[in-house]
Amino acid sequence: MLMTERERCAAEIRALADRLGHDRPSLVPILVEVKRKYHRIDSYAMQVIGDLLGIHPVEVHSVVSFYAFLGDRHQGRFVIRLCRTISCAMQGKDRVMRQLENDLGIRFGETTADGGFTLEWANCMGMCDQGPALLVNDRIFTRVTPEQVHEILEECRRVFGVHAAEAKEVHLS
Amino acid sequence: MSAIPTYAAQVPEAGLRAALSRSRPEIISEIAASGLKGRGGAGFPTSVKWNFAAAAQAERKFIICNADEGEPGTFKDRVILMEHPDLVLEGMTIAGRAVGAREGILFLRGEYNYLRGDLERVLARRREQRLLGRDILGSGLSFDIRIFMGAGAYICGEETALIECLEGFRGEPRNRPPFPVDTGYLGFPSVVNNVETLAWAACILGNGGPWFRAMGTEKSTGRKLFSVSGDCGKPGVYEFPLGITVAQLLQEVDGAQAKAVQIGGAAGQCVSARDFGRTLAFEDIPTGGSVIVFGPGRDMLAVLHNFLEFFTDESCGQCAPCRLGNPKLLEGVEQLQAGCCSMANLKELCALGKTMQIASKCGLGQSSPNAFLSVVTQFREEIMGRMS
Repeated sequence: MLMTERERCAAEIRALADRLGHDRPSLVPILVEVKRKYHRIDSYAMQVIGDLLGIHPVEVHSVVSFYAFLGDRHQGRFVIRLCRTISCAMQGKDRVMRQLENDLGIRFGETTADGGFTLEWANCMGMCDQGPALLVNDRIFTRVTPEQVHEILEECRRVFGVHAAEAKEVHLS
Repeated sequence: MSAIPTYAAQVPEAGLRAALSRSRPEIISEIAASGLKGRGGAGFPTSVKWNFAAAAQAERKFIICNADEGEPGTFKDRVILMEHPDLVLEGMTIAGRAVGAREGILFLRGEYNYLRGDLERVLARRREQRLLGRDILGSGLSFDIRIFMGAGAYICGEETALIECLEGFRGEPRNRPPFPVDTGYLGFPSVVNNVETLAWAACILGNGGPWFRAMGTEKSTGRKLFSVSGDCGKPGVYEFPLGITVAQLLQEVDGAQAKAVQIGGAAGQCVSARDFGRTLAFEDIPTGGSVIVFGPGRDMLAVLHNFLEFFTDESCGQCAPCRLGNPKLLEGVEQLQAGCCSMANLKELCALGKTMQIASKCGLGQSSPNAFLSVVTQFREEIMGRMS
């Protein structure tokens, strides 16, 4: 990371902490926002957060590594989470999985080389009566069929620029 | 989708107005008269929980709404939060009045982030209407609610793990006692209630405890929402009185041909067709509302494999029986699927399951072997000696 990037990152995290709080209960909310903005929580960000909250960076890492929506791996702008739990499995999630992998050229757990998409599994996300269900970032899609996968991905590609700009404004003012 | 029908008939904020005009013990005794038990699945009497928190002496107290609905096959809380958010927030405010808390936290699971915007708007409207904030409806009661987003962990549905997450730690359950009503969020007395429990509490204050007690059974009073999915004609959210038999429920959801039903989610138990006369009630088959229907063609080992993958993934890893036991049971299911599991091995696995039920620290590890044990005992003819 460039030094200028680091400085900007640290300043943004500081602004987040000013808004959300400098105490330990603010840790998860801060991490969620950082993840949303940067699509990852790297060791530098963990150090800055630890410093601001007065805890050791290892403490921050222990929390980051625990939660499925956090994690220090780099993720794409669009994280696609396909539900793999029983009701969605019984309604054909495997075929949706296969088509997602085919259309993106990656396997589950991976991110496309352009940083656009990440495929992840999700455990039950409360759409059991309308499966297979998937989340694209915060947007829910239900009764997904393999042939709808292409259109979902195309829609993401169409809003790519808008989406990125929006995230910047909304989350880190 | 069916909603809480009693809500349509109910005057908005009738419960809250009733609560504001009564003393704290009166509110709690109304809940006690209703016999309301926790709708998340554990079935702990709500009035007892509130009473403990009310009796505790502390500077601050918290009302926490557990909207970390993660149990496989459960989605009723999502529907309540989408269609009747006011009822839940009203229930939280009533609980705040009853126990003397001024702060409420709605713990919303990360997967439900798309609900947050609407919920924030409802909170803002309620503040404008003076149903939240300082001096609610001129009664002198101060209570406000904020939303806290979870970050994707099934275990945070366990109340002490939820509190750990709120405090900024890994979602690892604590030893109990002390219970959250005594030592909860930040060490202060905290009531953690399920979304549905709070919604019912609001209805009960509006309509009276006896109204609620008149429905359901002696030990499981009232009605309950059920999330029905799987091999049935009409999946969705249903409202039934507790004490309904599995067969009756299947009739309603157009799933009478089922060979088995999973009640209570992955952590619940598998009920085969010969037991469809049993009832959904705390005294028979306790449930948080998840009903997953398996049609005649379902492979129960595939179902079991899915559940155990889920638990292996979601175990917090804190205690050994759960961390090591779940992968071992999963391995056993794979052996059964491959047709290479001896009866001696199966018995060992069942013994392991029972050990996990006793020795695990929290509900996850204590209940994750339930599905395994119920399937391998009830579907033995289906699972032994497979030709892979």
